[in-house]
Amino acid sequence: MKRHSVLPGFGPTLGYTVFYLSLIVLIPLSALVFKSVGLSWGEFWSTVAAPRVAASYRLTFGAALLAAAINALFGVLTAWVLVRYRFPGKRVIDALVDLPFALPTAVAGITLASVYSGNGWLGRYLEPLGIKVAYTPLGILVAMIFIGLPFVVRTVQPVLEELESELEEAAACLGSNRWQTFRRVLFPTLLPPLLTGFALAFARAVGEYGSIIFIAGNMPMVSEITPLLIITNLEQYDYAGATAIASVMLGVSFILILAVNLLQRWSRRYAE
Amino acid sequence: MQTDKTLDRNVAGRTAGRGLTEPAPVRWGLTIVALLFLGLFLFVPLASVFAQALEKGWGAYLEAIREPDALSSVRLTLIAAAVSVPLNLLFGVAAAWGIAKFDFPGKSILITLIDLPFSVSPVISGLIYVLMFGLQGWLGPWLDSHNIKIIFAVPGIILATIFVTFPFVARELIPLMQAQGKEEEEAALVLGANGLQTFLRVTLPNIRWGILYGVILCNARAMGEFGAVSVVSGHIRGATNTIPLHVEILYNEYNYVAAFAVASLLALLALVTLAAKSLVEWRMRGEPM
Repeated sequence: MKRHSVLPGFGPTLGYTVFYLSLIVLIPLSALVFKSVGLSWGEFWSTVAAPRVAASYRLTFGAALLAAAINALFGVLTAWVLVRYRFPGKRVIDALVDLPFALPTAVAGITLASVYSGNGWLGRYLEPLGIKVAYTPLGILVAMIFIGLPFVVRTVQPVLEELESELEEAAACLGSNRWQTFRRVLFPTLLPPLLTGFALAFARAVGEYGSIIFIAGNMPMVSEITPLLIITNLEQYDYAGATAIASVMLGVSFILILAVNLLQRWSRRYAE
Repeated sequence: MQTDKTLDRNVAGRTAGRGLTEPAPVRWGLTIVALLFLGLFLFVPLASVFAQALEKGWGAYLEAIREPDALSSVRLTLIAAAVSVPLNLLFGVAAAWGIAKFDFPGKSILITLIDLPFSVSPVISGLIYVLMFGLQGWLGPWLDSHNIKIIFAVPGIILATIFVTFPFVARELIPLMQAQGKEEEEAALVLGANGLQTFLRVTLPNIRWGILYGVILCNARAMGEFGAVSVVSGHIRGATNTIPLHVEILYNEYNYVAAFAVASLLALLALVTLAAKSLVEWRMRGEPM
C-alpha cells in the first residue's frame, strides 16, 4: 500500500513512532500487566475484593457515574446556551469552560476544598442548611463534576454548531412546538456526542486523584477513592497490592476506551 | 453581529408563524442556569485562588514565591517541561507524518494506543515506572548496583511527565494532516524538492498552528501534573518537588497563604494557556485549509 506513495519518510517516522510508543507507554504498562499476572489468584482476589477496596470501588464508580450524569445534563445546557444565545462575555466564558483541562489538579483540589469548607465562600452558606460538602463523599462528587465539566460541552458544541436549521424549520412547519422539536428532532442527533462526552467524563473522574484527595477527607470505607488506595499500598511498600488494584482500574479503562471508540464510530455513521 | 444563519432563522421563523428560537424568558432562564452552574464550579473556585493568595497582602505573597524551596520547585517544573515537551513534539510530528500521509494496516489501533496515556489514571501512570525502575521493579536491582536513581529522583519525574503528556501534539496533528491530504507534498516532490525541503517549506507552514496548539496544551499539563509525579517523586523538599507537589506540602502544613500563592502561579499559567489556546483556535479557523 505504501508503495503507491511518492512521499518519503514512511519507514523512519513509523519506526520512531512505534519505538517511542513502546519505550514510554507499552513496555511500562506491560510491567503492570506482568506483575499482576505473577500474583497468585488467591492473593489477587483477597486484595481486590477486600471490604475497604470494594467500598472504594462503590464510591469511585458511583460518584463518577453521578458526576458524569450531572455533567451530561449541564453540559448540553451549556453547549446550547453558548451556541444558540448571545450574552455579554460569551467568548470569555466559552474559553473558560476548558479551565478544568488547564488548571493543575492540585490547584483545583485545594481551592475546591477551601471554597466548599465550613468557612469558605460557598460552604458558609451551605453548612447552615445542613449540607456538608468538603471532607464528605459529596465533596468527591463536586471535584469530579469540576474535572469532567468540559467533556460533554466540547463534544456536543461542534455538532450543535453544524446543525442545519432546515430540520427545525420543517418541524415547526409541521406544527411541533420548541420542546417537541428539541426532544424529537435535535436530541437524537445530539445523543451520540452526548454519550461520548459522558463516557469521557466518567473515565476521567474514575481515575482522578489530585483534585479529589484534598476535598475528600479520605476516610477508609467512607470517602476513600480507589486511586488513593493504590498510593496508600505503595507507601506501605505493598507493591503486589498496589499492582492488583491498579490492574482492575486499568481493565476498566480499557473497557471505557472500547466504549468510546464504538460510540464515536456510531456518531460518525449517524453524521453521514 | 448577525450571521447569515441567524438571519435565515429569523426570516424562516416569521414565515413559519412560529419562532425557531425559544421565548425570551426561556432563553434568559436557560442562560442564567448555565452561568450559575459554571460560576459555582468554575469561576468562584478560580477567583478564590487569587483571593486567598493575596489574603495577607502582596508582601506575604511575594515572600511565599521567593522562598528557596518554592524557587527550586519552579526550577524542577521548568526542567520537566523543557525535556518532555520537545520530545513529545518530535514524536507528534513523526507520528502524524507516518500516520496521516501513508496507509497501512493497524492504523486505527496505533492511534488508539497513542491516546492510551489519557485514559490511564495518573496514579497508574506513576506506578508503572515504579514497577519498572523502583527497587523491587524489573530494572531496580541493576540500576541500584550501578548507582543510578530514577524513582524518587528527577529522571522519574521527567519520565512520568513525558507519559502523561505523550498524546497531546500527536492527537492534534494527526487529524489536521489527514484533512490536509498529501497533494501539496506530492506536487513539491514532482517539482524537484527533496523530502526535507518538502517538509520544511510545504508541510510545516500548513501545520504550524496545529503544532503550537498541541505544544500549549502539552506544556500546561507538563507543568501542572500532580498524581503521576507524586507517585515517583518521593517528595524531597528542595530536590524532587515540582510546583504542584510544593503546593500540596504547604497546604498540608496548614500554610494556606503560601500554598495559594504558589498555586496562583499555576492558575495564571492556566489562564495564559486558555488565552493562547483561544487565539490559536481563532487563527486556525481564519486560515484557509
